[in-house]
Amino acid sequence: MECNCAKDREWKFTDPAIDITLMEPVLKKYEGTEGSLITILQKAQEFYGYLPMDLLAYIAHRIGVKPAKVLGVVTFYTQFRTKPVGKHLILLCQGTACHVNGSAYIEEALRDYLEVEEGEITPDGLFTYNNVACLGCCSLSPVMMIGDKTYGTLTKEKVVRILKEIKQEEEAR
Amino acid sequence: MKIIVGKGSCGIAAGAAEIYKLLEQGVQDTNLNYPVTVTGCIGMCYLEPIVDVVEDDGSKHTYVKVTPEAANEILKSIRGEENKAEQYAISGEDLEGLNEQCRIALKNCGIINPENIDEYIEKEGYIAAEKCIMELTPEQVIEEVKTSGIGGRGGAGFPTWFKWKAARDSKGDKKYVICNADEGDPGAFMDRAVIEGDPHALIEGMLIAAYAIGSDEGIVYVRAEYPLAIIRLEKAMEQARERGLLGKNLFGSDFCFDIRIKAGAGAFVCGEETALIASLEGERGMPRLKPPFPAQKGYWQKPSNINNVETYANIAWIIRNGGAAFSAMGTENSKGTKVFALTGKIAKGGLVEVPMGKTIRDVVFGVGGGIKDGKAFKAVQMGGPSGGCIPNELVDTMIDYRTLAATGAIMGSGGMVVMDETTCMVDMARFFLDFTCKESCGKCIHCRIGTRRMLEILERICDGNGREGDIELLSELSEQIKDGALCALGQTAPNPVLTTIRYFRNEYEDHIHRKKCTAHQCKPLLTYEIDAEKCTGCTLCSRKCPANAITGELKKSHKIDLEKCIKCGKCAEVCRFGAVVVD
Repeated sequence: MECNCAKDREWKFTDPAIDITLMEPVLKKYEGTEGSLITILQKAQEFYGYLPMDLLAYIAHRIGVKPAKVLGVVTFYTQFRTKPVGKHLILLCQGTACHVNGSAYIEEALRDYLEVEEGEITPDGLFTYNNVACLGCCSLSPVMMIGDKTYGTLTKEKVVRILKEIKQEEEAR
Repeated sequence: MKIIVGKGSCGIAAGAAEIYKLLEQGVQDTNLNYPVTVTGCIGMCYLEPIVDVVEDDGSKHTYVKVTPEAANEILKSIRGEENKAEQYAISGEDLEGLNEQCRIALKNCGIINPENIDEYIEKEGYIAAEKCIMELTPEQVIEEVKTSGIGGRGGAGFPTWFKWKAARDSKGDKKYVICNADEGDPGAFMDRAVIEGDPHALIEGMLIAAYAIGSDEGIVYVRAEYPLAIIRLEKAMEQARERGLLGKNLFGSDFCFDIRIKAGAGAFVCGEETALIASLEGERGMPRLKPPFPAQKGYWQKPSNINNVETYANIAWIIRNGGAAFSAMGTENSKGTKVFALTGKIAKGGLVEVPMGKTIRDVVFGVGGGIKDGKAFKAVQMGGPSGGCIPNELVDTMIDYRTLAATGAIMGSGGMVVMDETTCMVDMARFFLDFTCKESCGKCIHCRIGTRRMLEILERICDGNGREGDIELLSELSEQIKDGALCALGQTAPNPVLTTIRYFRNEYEDHIHRKKCTAHQCKPLLTYEIDAEKCTGCTLCSRKCPANAITGELKKSHKIDLEKCIKCGKCAEVCRFGAVVVD
């Protein structure tokens, strides 16, 4: 039997920042193309920064699969997140080379300076840090990425300096 | 004259983008019409940013570790003014390290501009593809690859020709050529370097594979963490289409082939081919039992051939120079060359390509320049989470699929993480199990629960709570997981533990029985004491101690209360007299 509960539902999103019209061209483009769920989710995360539950339910409804399947895919891949992140997402590499060269100390420095745990947003909304498996810049280890920019040969002091600079730039705006 | 800036991901991280801008601006300002272009990673990551100045007669000056000041000096030398550029020139020793290598997959990396197809074509680009399509039958192409003896460079070394033939022989109206660029091995980055530095080598390799198996559609599955690689590959594909090297009726024949990119979403297990296919189909990337192999039933149940980036990057060379030239290099059961990512506690880290049959010593102490900061070499980790640690005693082991497997490690995709005396081997085993445990897809019990139990045991050993019999328990669990897991991720997950037990059993015993970590990495096992003779009583440590565990009067030696000490290491970090003794 087909599920009807989402059929005539009026779609409203808890997060007012979600403008669902952005998704329309993407959903249209991949309509009927099997196997495009991951690509659609990647686009959605690009637009909104994260993938809230009600958005996942909407995507499931639009492409005609069960919400559980969409959530299953989202929770399987590390790239997807169901909670919002700070304006600057810090990806701290925890690859082998970085581990050997002291990435644990770099994480300590990040935690001390930002005063949040992994995945949380700083009170000013500026930063979130996440540990990632490997950024592929092993010869510059330890490494972190903020936005598109990669920072290498990190030390505790260098990390604090970089974060302070970003903070100052933000304050100047 | 031409100025070339190395702009791979690692170069950019070292500041190459800024140097590029400075040089471009500097050249414009003085109305010199010399082109400033980019190239990929040459592999000498420890020297980045690197700038080449190529004279009209082809002679080349290479400048390394280029700072903005150095860029200024280079500009002065270009303008013919008095300058100090020479002090930034590459040393003879470093140049020798580059010349010692034998480059096939990395042939053009760091030499050509990856964003300009003409530069690839100038280096005999697409000649091999044309030869295959116009002169050879698909069977002849497969035969040539068979002669070369090349094995899959993703790690297992499975004969490439065999996969191609199986896919060719499979019946199907539609076949796929897939490139595995989901380089998830922490500590390996050769695939990124090849795509960023020489994307057409990959395209040409896939084109030849497609002709050999009879496919018209290719897919490259790239990690989303490699944005620059995706951009460069897209650009290269666009240029290839414009030249009629991708698309319909290639070289005037009736052979058609095009490629699309699929960005991965971050899951190590997707490096396994059946999991990769599941991910391509938009599902959770969970492996399935083989057979049927992808060559029979792959993407959308159609015959599919999956090879690694480095494998494809070798193919055009093999066709151009003949399979025999390739198989002339290497050992009896490992032919050709292999690219290694040399990282960790190494003096000259980067990418190196050497013929099979060289020893680990040749790579680590020859090309790699030995250990950083004059410390003692302890081990090299090969094959990432599926591999193992090869100890100092076996440093003369030959690089060859079989001899490496005999040590308990594997060739893997080519990550070589060098470790020195300050690396704790139990902690390394814990690190890898933490990784595989997180990356286990959860489908089979042996991997899902087995790696978790192993991790718990390793964690308690590192925390100082190791028990009698833990080593035996780890070994027993390892064997069971190896036998029982569904895919290669689980089957190889115990390797880092087994090899460290095999070669560094004494470290495990120190942790369990003596509650000591000789490498001083496992914090709960450390004790901090102040050497009364060296302590000057400056009070700095007691002021910095977050636990108020240090007492003592000004100008008199201090003492740490071991009951209060939380082993944070702050005192040792701040002491200027080396008076804090860590054991």
